[in-house]
Amino acid sequence: MTGETNYQVPTMADLAAKGETPEVLFWVGCAGSFDDRYKKVTVAFVKILNHVGIRFAVLGTEETCTGDPARRAGNEFLFQMQAVANIQVLDGYGVKKIVTACPHCFNTLKNEYPELGGNYEVIHHSQFLQQLINEGKVTLKGGGEFKGRRITYHDSCYLGRANKVYEAPREVLQALDADLVEMKRSRTKGLCCGAGGAQYFKEPEPGRKDINVERTEEALATGASTIAVACPFCMTMMTDGIKNKDREDSVKVYDLAELVAQAQSL
Amino acid sequence: MLILQQILFVAALAATAWVLTRRIGLIRRAIQLGRPENRTDRPNERLNIMLRVAFGQKKMMTNVTVGLMHFVIYVGFIIVNIEVLEIALDGIFGTHRLFAPFTGAVYPFLINTFEILALGVWIVCAVFLIRRFVTKVPRFQPERHREMTRWPRTDAALILTFEILLMTAFLTWNASDSVLRERGVGHYNELKGVGNFVISQFLMPLFANWSDTALVVCERFMWWFHILGILFFAVYLTYSKHLHIVLAFPNTYFSDLKPKGEIKNMPEITKEVQLALGIMQADPNETPVEPGRFGARDVRDLTWKNLMDAYSCTECGRCTAACPANITGKKLSPRKIMMDTRDRLEDIQQGWQQNGPDYDDGKTLLGDYITAEEINACTTCQACVQECPVNINPLEIILQLRRYKIMEEAQAPASWNAMFSNVENNMAPWKFSPGDRFNWADQVNK
Repeated sequence: MTGETNYQVPTMADLAAKGETPEVLFWVGCAGSFDDRYKKVTVAFVKILNHVGIRFAVLGTEETCTGDPARRAGNEFLFQMQAVANIQVLDGYGVKKIVTACPHCFNTLKNEYPELGGNYEVIHHSQFLQQLINEGKVTLKGGGEFKGRRITYHDSCYLGRANKVYEAPREVLQALDADLVEMKRSRTKGLCCGAGGAQYFKEPEPGRKDINVERTEEALATGASTIAVACPFCMTMMTDGIKNKDREDSVKVYDLAELVAQAQSL
Repeated sequence: MLILQQILFVAALAATAWVLTRRIGLIRRAIQLGRPENRTDRPNERLNIMLRVAFGQKKMMTNVTVGLMHFVIYVGFIIVNIEVLEIALDGIFGTHRLFAPFTGAVYPFLINTFEILALGVWIVCAVFLIRRFVTKVPRFQPERHREMTRWPRTDAALILTFEILLMTAFLTWNASDSVLRERGVGHYNELKGVGNFVISQFLMPLFANWSDTALVVCERFMWWFHILGILFFAVYLTYSKHLHIVLAFPNTYFSDLKPKGEIKNMPEITKEVQLALGIMQADPNETPVEPGRFGARDVRDLTWKNLMDAYSCTECGRCTAACPANITGKKLSPRKIMMDTRDRLEDIQQGWQQNGPDYDDGKTLLGDYITAEEINACTTCQACVQECPVNINPLEIILQLRRYKIMEEAQAPASWNAMFSNVENNMAPWKFSPGDRFNWADQVNK
């Protein structure tokens, strides 16, 4: 690839100053902004957005936590403080359509903000990528390095059961020409990675084993060399699980956006 | 003799009706302890869900073998109850097989259908007993699930045994009756043309050496045992997990229609938040209202639907078997959440009956029945909600209890408090500077 590629990341404030509005707001999320591993996913997704020439923007430093972990832990006050403030910002920019790579942000923005007055068309990046592939804007013919590689997809609870998005991520993986294999528990029966419900932000309760280890064992049992995820928290949990099993040399965890970007050599 | 039987029968019917009315009233009052919530919107969608999930048993079919076995009991139960109508009318009017003379050839066909189903129910109940106590399906085992000890275990065994006894009585009754018809004894002779029935004919040889009198006694005993058993069973239901055979229908009708990931909003907080953020100005003329309790500490803080869920639970444990916390050995079991909620309600009922309607035993659902350790282990993955064959939502109760723990008692695990404070001050659940939020963009062109 050429060294001259110049990817742009416009902010809503930049565009507003120029009197422009983007087609879609990319809601990065806290993990996408701060977590070193998931920042790579954010970057990969931004490259794809640039590559297909979609007019997008981010909120930059104006973005704040949606309040998802606070609400799920039981702190409704804090959730609503976050939500109402975010809705003010989003409405201030006249945002109509949002895409995000975090299923938790996706669920909260899509399902929980409307009752607080925030109404947007919200899609997850797996659905967005699927649309790009279906419209031919992203072509993965041949699949490049993923052709025939055994990949298993881990369903995020907040994408799957919460919002019935089961097929979009799988269709993206199939477009890579990969050998998609299912775990023992998948789709509606998919096992949580252990991070949801604000579990990510505390030690687990006493038990026999950690949930992410249980889930990683299922993923390893498929014999896949790549575990595809579509959620920053699943990403961490599965990566930790692989380390716990001493398999980090042979098994990698990637987000869908990274796989698509790699297949396109972005 | 006949009139005495009629009097006894009507008395049994009346006694059952009286006890049932009281029991249903008690359960209704217990469910009405819950907070109001509108679950009557979108009636067509609701009806559709009820028809598919309760009537059509859609969610039971995720495991086809078990689903079909359960279907046999379900259909058997409904269809065999048509025969109960004839039995009841016979009991009241002192007749014998009232429908037979009017229905001609249809009659043996009906009874044959009932008998085939009765045999099906008998076999499936036996298989279910074996699954529970011999091959030991894990989700039923007390060694693995502490909520499955004592009464819940006995309850399950009683129901299955009882259904086997009822079906045995029905088939034996038909068999002894057929022998009496064949021999042309007394009034049995009048229905000689009815012939033998498809399943019970195989039991008839057992009675070959019995005297006519012994046979009549047997026929009467089985008839009475069967019908009194059914009346007893109707009352027993109200004390048992088996109540799901009735409540599955309303419970699915009143299902949660929101996406599973959506947590119910608390509008009472929205106003406070809008005032705090200066979005809304306080109305000086408004009289301040005492805010209700945030979240739930006891059953009265839950909604009536949460409480109906508790009575609808048949303790099958599909929720718990799918719960990631439970699978990995944490104390949380969604089934236990539902059973605890019902236990709490039944303890309140008992208090009413023993000490009057205003009695308060000082206990609460959170604390005396469910612990913080259990609710804190939930990942809100909604697997329990997904799995429940009658659309019970244990997650909603867990989240309401969490809200109480956090907002009323301010008792969160320390690391949650740290997360709250980060969200509040750093706008992210981690302690990063909000000003660094956009630094990732520097890596885009590297």
